[in-house]
Amino acid sequence: MVQSLDYLKETPSQTAGPYVHIGLAPGAAGFDIYREELGRDIAGPNAKGTRIHVEGCVYDGMGAPIKDVLIEVWQANSEGHYAHPEDGGGVEEGFRGWGRVISDFDTGLWGFDTVKPGPLAGRNGGQQAPHLNFWIVARGINVGLNTRMYFEDEAEANAKDQVLNLIEWEHRRATLVASKSERDGQPVYRFDIRLQGDAETVFFDV
Amino acid sequence: MRPPAEFYQRDREWHPPALTPDYKTSVARSPQYSLISLENTVSEITGPVFGHNDIDPIDNDLLSNYAKPGEGPIGERIILHGRVLDENARPVPNTLVEAWQANAGGRYRHKKDTYFAPIDPNFGGCGRTVTDENGYYVFRTVKPGAYPWRNWVNSWRPAHIHLSIFGSGFVQRLITQCYFEGDPLLPHCPIVKSIPSQEARDALVAALDLNATIPLDTIAYKFDIVLRGRRSTLFENRLEGN
Ligand SMILES: [Fe+3]
Repeated sequence: MVQSLDYLKETPSQTAGPYVHIGLAPGAAGFDIYREELGRDIAGPNAKGTRIHVEGCVYDGMGAPIKDVLIEVWQANSEGHYAHPEDGGGVEEGFRGWGRVISDFDTGLWGFDTVKPGPLAGRNGGQQAPHLNFWIVARGINVGLNTRMYFEDEAEANAKDQVLNLIEWEHRRATLVASKSERDGQPVYRFDIRLQGDAETVFFDV
Repeated sequence: MRPPAEFYQRDREWHPPALTPDYKTSVARSPQYSLISLENTVSEITGPVFGHNDIDPIDNDLLSNYAKPGEGPIGERIILHGRVLDENARPVPNTLVEAWQANAGGRYRHKKDTYFAPIDPNFGGCGRTVTDENGYYVFRTVKPGAYPWRNWVNSWRPAHIHLSIFGSGFVQRLITQCYFEGDPLLPHCPIVKSIPSQEARDALVAALDLNATIPLDTIAYKFDIVLRGRRSTLFENRLEGN
């Protein structure tokens, strides 16, 4: 026998279930309860950089859009800094860099407005291409899924990105790159997430 | 800049796997390729920061946060309280904890819930709070009822409260469910049993806490939550340890 290590075990994850909206986005569940719902405004009024819209669907293994998904996004500002004391870079007043969005109950489409993040520091002095960090929960998902969204118009930075380059199957890297279009003069990035199939999105164990 | 201290690897054998066929919805919603393992970068060790000005003091009192003045929800009045800790047993202060649940009859206030049990006009079913400097949180609510769901035709969820917790880094993000000591439905629930070990399932069962019970008023249950811990940067110039 040996001494036992006195670490605690992480609380096990459970699915967010079909009624996640009540807890995390009650307005979407059909009632008003809080003074202010969290995660509606990602960038705030003072953020510098390019204002963008991001949208997409999450598809299940049958190719059907998931209509009860909840996504959280975590991102740096246009200068590549997170609104967190350990980043140390500082962000604009009102920039939180965190958002929460649910899919439409009828179509499964979700979308949010934010600013395009800048490139940021990677490990060991490397660089990371601009990206959004996603966390996806829904009924049927036992542990929240982590993935990243990169930008089609950052091909050069993407080619050097440490995380994308960790993905051994080069064709799968494309599942993390959002395509760009324009609507009413504003850049729109489309990021579809597929839980299964040939084009299954790359998910990370972070 | 010093490399940031990383979080301990999530123990994927302790958590439920993505594919748990007895919980049928997981079949088409579970990724089939392996997760790609990443070492932490600044994107993972940082996360959103919340404060008391994000929420109102009444938000953690489900007995009153949706009730008409002078009224309250039907059901067994309970306190759900505990601490948010990390795997190093250190408290996680100032972190957002959000809760949602069915009413005492097992009905959610949600347009997709069509169970026969009535909506309670004085119960919304959600609350939120920020842990104090010791990682402590508390909600006041009613004990939720069991409810049927379409998995097998005779599937019933044990009474549970859904909980969402942040921590300080985005990779600590966690959603779980808190169950109640003594519930006979626990051994029959495919969602509970998505967790591989009995030891891990037991970690989701809140204990009756007579010490925290308010006599003649409210029964208490204690539920501690553990988030991922962070590595000590043992060989770096960081005097305070982890
Ligand atoms: Fe539930």
